[in-house]
Amino acid sequence: MIIDLEKFVSAERPHWDELERLLNRLENEPDFVPDLAGLRRLHYLYERASSDLARIATFSAEPEVRRYLENLVARAYGEIHETRKKAHRLRPLEWLLVTFPRTFRRRARAFWLATSLMLAGTVVGAAALLFEPDAKAMLMPRMFANHLGDPAKRVAEEEKGGRSDQLSGRKTTFSAQLMRNNIQVSINALALGLTCGVGTIIVLFYNGIILGLVGADYVQAGFGRFLAAWLLPHGSIEIPAILIASQAGLVLAAALIGRGSRESLRERLRAAAPDLATLIGGVAVMLVWAGFIEAFLSQYHEPVLPYEVKIAFGLVELGALVAFLSRAGLKPTKEERAQLGTFPTADAAASPTLSRARS
Amino acid sequence: MNSARTSTLDIRTPEGIVFSLPLAGPTVRFLAFVIDLSTVMVVTQFVASMALLVVTVSPDLARALRILLPFVVQVGYGIGCEWFWRGQTVGKWILRLRVMDAQGLRLQPSQVVIRNLLRPVDQLPLLGLVGAVAMFLNRHNQRLGDLAANTVVVRMPRLREPDLEQMFAGKYNSMREHPHLGARLRQRVTPAEAAVALQALLRRDELDPAARVELFGAIAAQFRELVEFPPDVVEGITDEQWVRNVVDVVFRARPGESPAPGAGGEVGELAQPLAGQR
Repeated sequence: MIIDLEKFVSAERPHWDELERLLNRLENEPDFVPDLAGLRRLHYLYERASSDLARIATFSAEPEVRRYLENLVARAYGEIHETRKKAHRLRPLEWLLVTFPRTFRRRARAFWLATSLMLAGTVVGAAALLFEPDAKAMLMPRMFANHLGDPAKRVAEEEKGGRSDQLSGRKTTFSAQLMRNNIQVSINALALGLTCGVGTIIVLFYNGIILGLVGADYVQAGFGRFLAAWLLPHGSIEIPAILIASQAGLVLAAALIGRGSRESLRERLRAAAPDLATLIGGVAVMLVWAGFIEAFLSQYHEPVLPYEVKIAFGLVELGALVAFLSRAGLKPTKEERAQLGTFPTADAAASPTLSRARS
Repeated sequence: MNSARTSTLDIRTPEGIVFSLPLAGPTVRFLAFVIDLSTVMVVTQFVASMALLVVTVSPDLARALRILLPFVVQVGYGIGCEWFWRGQTVGKWILRLRVMDAQGLRLQPSQVVIRNLLRPVDQLPLLGLVGAVAMFLNRHNQRLGDLAANTVVVRMPRLREPDLEQMFAGKYNSMREHPHLGARLRQRVTPAEAAVALQALLRRDELDPAARVELFGAIAAQFRELVEFPPDVVEGITDEQWVRNVVDVVFRARPGESPAPGAGGEVGELAQPLAGQR
């Protein structure tokens, strides 16, 4: 029990002040890592403040001191017991070129599931059109009303420069509209993971149906080459981006359902959150690129731009994307190499980042 | 409603220390949301009008910026504010709220991103109905975005010390004539009893007359058992006066007296670090 509160507070205050200064530094300087002696001191001050809080809790006439100590202990607790990697200064390039592809590969199963669902939708859409020609009018949403007509008329109109003429002087605006709409759709695909994946699956399957309807319609009419040249330049990035956003939605759903996992819901969500943020961030970057390409390249057709060039460009983009997602970030970063040098044995193997980097 | 619903987030550290964080309720969070919505609308209008500045350079670019910049503000406002402002937005700052990790650990940028990006589902079908229902069903007032990001929103109330000087101004306290009995009283009154007496005095005008007499009678009876004062000291004073005198002795130390547990002067000394903290 504290006999003399004034003496107690004046004796302990220097320690509280020291702990507060240390915490301010840890919170405000992302690169600050205390040495071993500094860490021991932090732990000592935290335990001392915790002990003070336990003692002062008996003094109900001291709400301010208790609240202050609670706040101090809470902050120190957050620093000392946090096992996740500390958020460093923003390194957008490292995040995009290393973290994003690594995260994609780590969650690849969800991507393949998303791809399968969209492909299933595409097959259903194509089959629906082949067996029931009116399916296009029934299933096509209003925003794709320009695809309801005869593909031959549309191709003739496009090749006369109809669309590119319409967009003359407003291609940047069109590009911005595409970016905004597609990023919003991607965010929705992620957010619908909260419905245990049902919403994400519906979005994927329905988009697959639309793709199947449009694709089958143009191929059936003999305009497969036009379709490939029209879709590939932007679609080779845009469609994988939507799939990756859905991959994030399915990762969220898997964390919520937790089938076959012994971890608690909180632990599963805690593990998934950084991956979701990374995936959706990468998707946004991809869709900015796709928006530019769709506005400035995809709308040009023969004779202005040969279809072979557009198809080749789309295939090169797709190949580069596949190479990037499968190969980028395989080597350890400079920081990871430094850590490997510091902890060459068990510690390095235990680090999830380093073990991922090795794999 | 969940029976285990609480108004505080209690965290027990491995050292056995428990600290409590007061949770923000749905009403105050909705108000913060309305303030943030208004802020976003103002900022959106501002950036949209700023985009017009480039119209002389390129009307097409100006139109594109008028589409993109408001979208970036709408999506990025919550993420940016909470990321760089340690869990606060304008609405949360005004209403003294803060986003925190649900386990009291350091708030991570990914948590901020997720809780903000999942807001569209919480806002379904209108005015955040899904989020509100989730908050009512959840014991820590978490909307779906909070659940997925493992975050909570806590209150940071500004604590005000009771104005003891005004309460006791000009009042004679006969117990002060017997400092040794006052010291014994301070030794025997428990913190819980002292807090009850102080709260009763602070809220005395809110009580019905009958309830007020009954309450102070019960408290005074408890204190009378602790220390026996000479009859001339306590003669003719009401139960409420008795309680007021006891609170005066327990909470307010006179120069030369040993300080009581929780005397107001201590709080004053801590004003500086506390101000720095908030």
